[in-house]
Order: sequence, then structure tokens, then C-alpha cells
Amino acid sequence: MKLELRGITKRFGQLVANDSINLVVQPGEIHALLGENGAGKSTLMNVLYGLYQADEGQILLDDKAQKFSGPGDAMASGIGMVHQHFMLIPVFTVAENVALGNEPTGLFGTFKLAEARKRVVEISDRFGFNVDPDALVEDLPVGVQQRVEIIKALSRDAKVLVLDEPTAVLTPQETDELMAIMRQLAKAGTSIVFITHKLREVKEVADKITVIRLGKVVGDAAPDASTSELASMMVGREVDLTVTKRQASLGDEVLRVENISVLDDRNQRAVNGVSFMVQRGEILAIAGVQGNGQTELAEALLGLRPVIKGSGSISINGEHRKSQASVRDVLESGVGFIPEDRKKDGLVSEFTIAENLMLNASYKSVFTKGLNINFAARKKISKDLVERFDVRTPSADHLAGKLSGGNQQKVVVARELYRKVDLLIASQPTRGVDVGSIEFIHEQLVAERDAGKGVVLISTELDEVLALADRIAVMYRGQIIGIVGPETSREQLGKMMAGVAA
Amino acid sequence: MSWLKPVSGINSEERVGFKSPIVMGVLALVVLYFFGIAGRSGQTVFELTRKQDLIQLPVFEIASAQLGVITGVIMLLVAVVSLLLSLRNSKTPIWLVSIYGLLGVTALLGWLAADNTVPVVFIAGTALVLAVPIMLGAMAGVMSERSGITNIAIEGQLLTGAFMAAVVSSITDNFALGIFAAMFTAALMSMVLAVFAIKFLAQQIIVGVVLNVLVIGITNFLYQQWLTEDGENVNFPGTLDIIKIPFLSDIPILGPVLFENRITVFAALLIVPLLWFVLFKTKLGLRARAVGEHPLAADTVGINVSRTRFWWVTIGGAIAGLGGAALTVGNAGAFGREMSGGFGFIALAVVILGRWHPISAALAALLFGFSIILRVWANQVSPGIPTDFITMVPYIVTIIAVVGFVGQSRPPKSLAIPYMKG
Repeated sequence: MKLELRGITKRFGQLVANDSINLVVQPGEIHALLGENGAGKSTLMNVLYGLYQADEGQILLDDKAQKFSGPGDAMASGIGMVHQHFMLIPVFTVAENVALGNEPTGLFGTFKLAEARKRVVEISDRFGFNVDPDALVEDLPVGVQQRVEIIKALSRDAKVLVLDEPTAVLTPQETDELMAIMRQLAKAGTSIVFITHKLREVKEVADKITVIRLGKVVGDAAPDASTSELASMMVGREVDLTVTKRQASLGDEVLRVENISVLDDRNQRAVNGVSFMVQRGEILAIAGVQGNGQTELAEALLGLRPVIKGSGSISINGEHRKSQASVRDVLESGVGFIPEDRKKDGLVSEFTIAENLMLNASYKSVFTKGLNINFAARKKISKDLVERFDVRTPSADHLAGKLSGGNQQKVVVARELYRKVDLLIASQPTRGVDVGSIEFIHEQLVAERDAGKGVVLISTELDEVLALADRIAVMYRGQIIGIVGPETSREQLGKMMAGVAA
Repeated sequence: MSWLKPVSGINSEERVGFKSPIVMGVLALVVLYFFGIAGRSGQTVFELTRKQDLIQLPVFEIASAQLGVITGVIMLLVAVVSLLLSLRNSKTPIWLVSIYGLLGVTALLGWLAADNTVPVVFIAGTALVLAVPIMLGAMAGVMSERSGITNIAIEGQLLTGAFMAAVVSSITDNFALGIFAAMFTAALMSMVLAVFAIKFLAQQIIVGVVLNVLVIGITNFLYQQWLTEDGENVNFPGTLDIIKIPFLSDIPILGPVLFENRITVFAALLIVPLLWFVLFKTKLGLRARAVGEHPLAADTVGINVSRTRFWWVTIGGAIAGLGGAALTVGNAGAFGREMSGGFGFIALAVVILGRWHPISAALAALLFGFSIILRVWANQVSPGIPTDFITMVPYIVTIIAVVGFVGQSRPPKSLAIPYMKG
């Protein structure tokens, strides 16, 4: 089926998320929609899927204008969508999820589970998905959940399949499998819209590339365009994708983790007997697919989450940390922390930038005068930090929540690096951040390393890991599967991320 | 975010604890000592059938203290089995806990009725009748909460239903009209909750509380100003006729308990399995549960979240209204000030105790019905015993049940979270 978007405009109040976007996807074509975080890709697809109504413009399928008042209409017209955050009910089985909204029914509206199962098995077999129709979705690995989403779309005879950032949660192997599936579907005639910000994947699988920046189409490209060409189209200026860093000059050991185990919120052992150490002057990257215990490990290092009693120990600067050390104790011992979810754990959105900058030192003499806040000092320090860390804001008295993702993250980084730290733990420091801010944050991490600090970088982005790390520890199912050098190949790291020991 | 679960296969730290054997052991010793060894003298007679029943079963007579000793010992044995199971890290099965509970209740009844009789059919039948308003209130709760809306207003809906059933039945002299009015008005009240929760994204607990206070205020006012003045004309509906279902009502014990009742009880006995069927076996139920768990996901497959929630809450309200009618025309025969007396809140607890499952919730409601009749009956047979103490017993049984097999319950994920589109 041929899909055409003509002059789609979508506004949210003042913000123009999509500015008269035109796009044509031919039948059987894999069309990549490339753009930075916040460029308006997902908004566009939500318009296509009927979740949002466009303010202007038209959607055409096989040259016929369509009017979608909800996802139901879009689906009925043959559009299927695999959302970035899966739209699956965790407590339902695969068959129930696939059938939902399109249920085979019998007398009195009874739900025919057997028929729903059959449909899943049929599609699963046809494409070799290997999905159990009776498994509860919450028990499935994310890669399989994604396949359930694809089955869901196919079971509704989707002729146009939209995949929104589908590789964010996958291992490199699962990504390869997904690409094979995409090619297979395209060959069978399905048109595929592949939304991503990862250049490598676009080049590998797309037939055609449309680049979007700040809500506008900036141009088309062929998959044989060079990476730097695509990157500069996406960002709007020349981008230096490589991080330059000197040879590491290793110093004393700053962090030693010995055999610790940590429970997650569901009382499952999320970190299981993890040991590693970090020296001054190096960046140790902890790589791995999301949800393999990295979050819990970071929280345990900071003291937010208890280490299972008697399971092991953490030493900072050679000093044994008390097992029930408070977060403040840990921070005082010279640790800086960039949390993975800045909106939830990094900032108070309703506070100003200046207020956010003093959060981790609110009790210290630099910010206080007796029981009061030393406003003059805070003003001076925050002004200084906003400049030094290139936070794009009219003033430090603006609300942190109003900043863009990249600038919010810079505020967090500024706050953590303002104190003298020996060890910086950065958890997903560039997630959802624009390329300019990514470059800046990467420079800061390397600068810390070169200044003789130890850096732990927890990241699920292999590109980031390979660009920055001096050593790479790969986490899988709560364990460190191996610690390898930065020259290790992508394939090798991918295998390790899928649980194959080095 | 639920989809960001760690991959499966990470070792589970969950262990079956020793809570159930400890609680069961202690209570078995209590039964053994207080009802058995230090029990009361005298014979207890268990009357399994009533005089008017077609099939007569022989009465079962035993010395009260002896019964206490026997049940106490068996309960202790069950506790030991539970201990062995816990040592092997497996859970005590639900049927064993049920047997244990039943033994405990038997011991209690036998102890209370020393030198007296235990009318089994009367107690079970009345427990059911008293449980009906709670049960129907709980069904309203299940319907609304499964679709994602907290319904604190069940209390108000019961009260509304009770009032309307009594008044409309009295004025029109027609029970059908009265019951219809009860269901209709309570459904209207639910609509208010639904509209505030869905359309205006209001805090559902606050709306619920306000509705409750409002209904208490209105019914109190009308009761004082109108029903007490003109009671004979507007608050004298009497009760529905008792219907005997041929043949089925002749089954010993179960027959008179289940099949010789007023229409309100029969309705409850039908609604509970029907709701289970709709919720778990039909398209509508699948969709409602999806809406309560993950409304955005439901929306993306073309399910109208607002409409689904609206109708599940509204129809739930109608069922609660029927529960209210069961209080007046189904039991008391007239409306009394604030006569729902917290049943609506008990219904909320029953929903959670029954883990949002209609059948389990109905059983939990029965437990509360039993506790009410137990207090009344115990007062008659053993006036010396403080009734507050007796009333505690079913709740202790509940605690055992919760500790023993309910475990951690998991509410619908999007309960009480308004769904905003776009």
C-alpha cells in the first residue's frame, strides 16, 4: 500500500511539532524517518495512527484521502504501529494481547481464545517468530514482546507498518533479527516506516531516508550517503562524531566493588555477585541491554538501594563503605551521580535552575548563612555554572522543567561536577538528549577522566560505550559477563550482551 | 514502567515463610484450650435440617468440650502439615486452609451453643441474606475498579438504593418499580462519579467521599422531614415474597439456604457468576480489564477507554443499587437512617480481599454476613459472653485466610489514574 502524508502540521500550543511535512512511502519500501530526539518523528506517526489529529494536511493511502478519528480507524485502513513503549497488557497472554480490540467472538460475545491462539501461531510460524501464544507478556524478554507487537499489527492485516525507535531496547543480535524481519515483510509487500536516530541502522536497512529536524523535513537521502552527511543533515551543522581523548594515565584505585547482590522492587535478585574496580583516570563503561540490573547497580553504588546483607562490599578510595551508608555519606565521600531518568531523579522540574543546582549541597556553607540560604552566593555560583556548562537559558531563575532535555541534563552534570568528586557515576547521561548536548556531555566526562577522576559510565548505547570507554564491563541478567578492552568488536560485545561469555 | 522488566530468569528471592503454620498453630492451641480443655460443660446439638423440611437429617449431638478437643487436635495436625510444607518451601494449599477455617468455626459454634442447639440452616441462610448487600456492593466495586476507577461511593449507592426501593415500593405498591428505581438512581449516582473521573479527571476518592456525604445528608433530611411524618404511606413497603424453587429447595441443608429466598438473593447468586463470565470469558470483559491495566494500549487498538469506563462504572452502580434494595425490601422491610451502616466500605475491603475477582469477593462477603449473624445468634444462646469478642472471630479467620493463601494482591495497574488522551 502506498502511504502519502501531505502538508501535515501539528501544533501543541505555541510549539509546532510538525510543520507541513510531506512524505511518500511506496509499497514494499522500508522508509527510514531519521531525526534527533524531539525532532517530531513520534508526533508525526501518532498523527498517522490517529492518536493525534493534525491541524492541517492530509493522509492518503493508495492516493485516497483518509480521515482517522482514532487508532481504530487507522488500523481498519491497514496501518499498524509498533510503539516505542510497547502497547501490551503485561498481565495478559500473548494471544489475548494480539486479539485485543479485534477479538474473535462466539455466542453472547464470548471470547474465542482457541481461535486467537491459532492466529498467533499461524503468523508466528509464517515468519519464524517462535512466540508462545499462552505466555504472559510480562514474563517475556523485550525482544519477544516486540515480536508480539508485530504479530498484533500483522493479525490486523497491516499494509503499512510503523516501527517507532524499535531498536532502543534490543541487543545487537535482536536488532539484526528485527532487520531481517523488516526485509522479509517488505518483500511480502508491506510498506515499513522505520523511525530512528541511529545512523548505522538506517544505512543498513532503509531503501529511502527522510530526515526531519525541528518538525520540518530537511531532505531525503539514499542509504549509501555517508554517516557524517546524514548526521549533519539531522543536526543542521557539521558534527564531530568521534570523541578525541588522550591515552589514559591510570592512578590509584577509586572504587572497588566486590561480589555485591541487589534486589529490585519486586524482590528479585537484579544484581547478582558483581565485582569490578575503577582507577583514577579511566572510564569504565557498563554496557548491556536495558533491564539487566544496571539501574539497580547504580542505585546500590549510591546507597539508594541496599546491598543484600553479607553479599559483598563496596570500597571508595580504599575505604570500606558501611553497608547501610546513607546517600549523603556516599556523596560526601567524593561521589558524583548522574541518574538515568533526569525528570524523575535528576531534577525538581518545579524548581528553578539555581535551586536545582544547590540540591546536593543545600546544607553546605557555600549556599547557607546560618539557617538561611545565602542568595547572593547562590546567584553567583549558579550564574557561573550556567555559563560554564553552556546551559541555554535566559537566566538561572528559570524553571528547570521548562528547559530542553539536553539543557536539563547539563544542569544535572553541572551540579554534580561543581563539587570536588573523585568518582563520577553517570547512568545513561545522554538519553533523550540532542546531539550538541551529547557532544558537550561526552567532553565533560572525558575531561573528568583526564583530570584524574574515576568515571563509571552506565550506558545501553553501544556507540557511546565504544566512543568513551577505556574498559567495558558487559552486564547480563545481573551479572558481569566479562570486562574487555575498548578495541573489542561490536559483534563480540553484542554476543556478550546476549549472555555469551567472552 | 512495566514493560521495562528485567529479562526473566533472574533468581527469585521469594520464599514461602512460616507465617501460616505459626498463625494456624497458635489458633489451634487457643481452640484446644479454651473450647476444649477449659471449655464449657453441656451438650451441643447441631440441627442440620429444619422441622418443615421434606428430608430430615438426624441431629448431631456431642459434648461441647469434647468437640473443642477433637477440632483443636485436628487443627493442630493441619498446622503441622502446613509447617512441613513450609519447610519444603511450598505453600499451604487453599483447600487445607478452608478445612482449617471450617473446623475453627464448628468449634466456635459448638462452644457457644453448649446446652443448646446450633440451627445450621438458619445461620447459613441468614448469613447469605445479610451478605447480599455487601456482595452486590463488592460486584459494583469489582466492575468499576477493573476498568480503572476507584469507587468509594458504594456506600452512598447502597443507601440510595435502600431509600429508593423502600419509598417507591411504598408509594406505587409495586416492588418491581421500587427495585428499578433503586438501580436507576444508584446508576445515575455512578454516572456522576464516572463523568467527574473521566471527563474532568477529578480525584476519584474525593468525588466518592463527597457523593457519600451528599447521599447521607439527603436521605437523613428526607427521612426526618418526610418518612417519619408519613411513614405508613411512604416507608412501609414490607418485604418481597420468599420464593421456593421446586425440588432444588428440598436438597438437605443447601436447599433451604440457597433455593428458598427472596428475589434479591437469587439475583445476587446469578450476578456473581455472570460477572465472572463476562469479565473473564467475553470480549467485553477482556476490554474492560485492558482498560484498567493499560488504557493507552487499549486506546491504540481502537478501544474507547472513556466509554468503557463509563459503562462499567454505571452498570456497577445499578448493581449496588440492587444491593441497597436488598437491605430494605429484601430484608428489613423499611428504610432506616443511614441503614447501609458501612456495608459499602466493607464491600471495598471485600473487593481487595477477593483480589478483584467476583467469586472470591462474593465468598469474602459471605464471611462478613456470617460475622453479623454470629453476633446476633451468640447473644441469644450465650448471653454471658461479650458479643464484641464473638464478632472478632470471623475477622481472625479472615486474617488467617489472607496470611495463608491470598498473599500479595495486585490491583489493576491503572486504578484511580485518569486517562488523558494525547
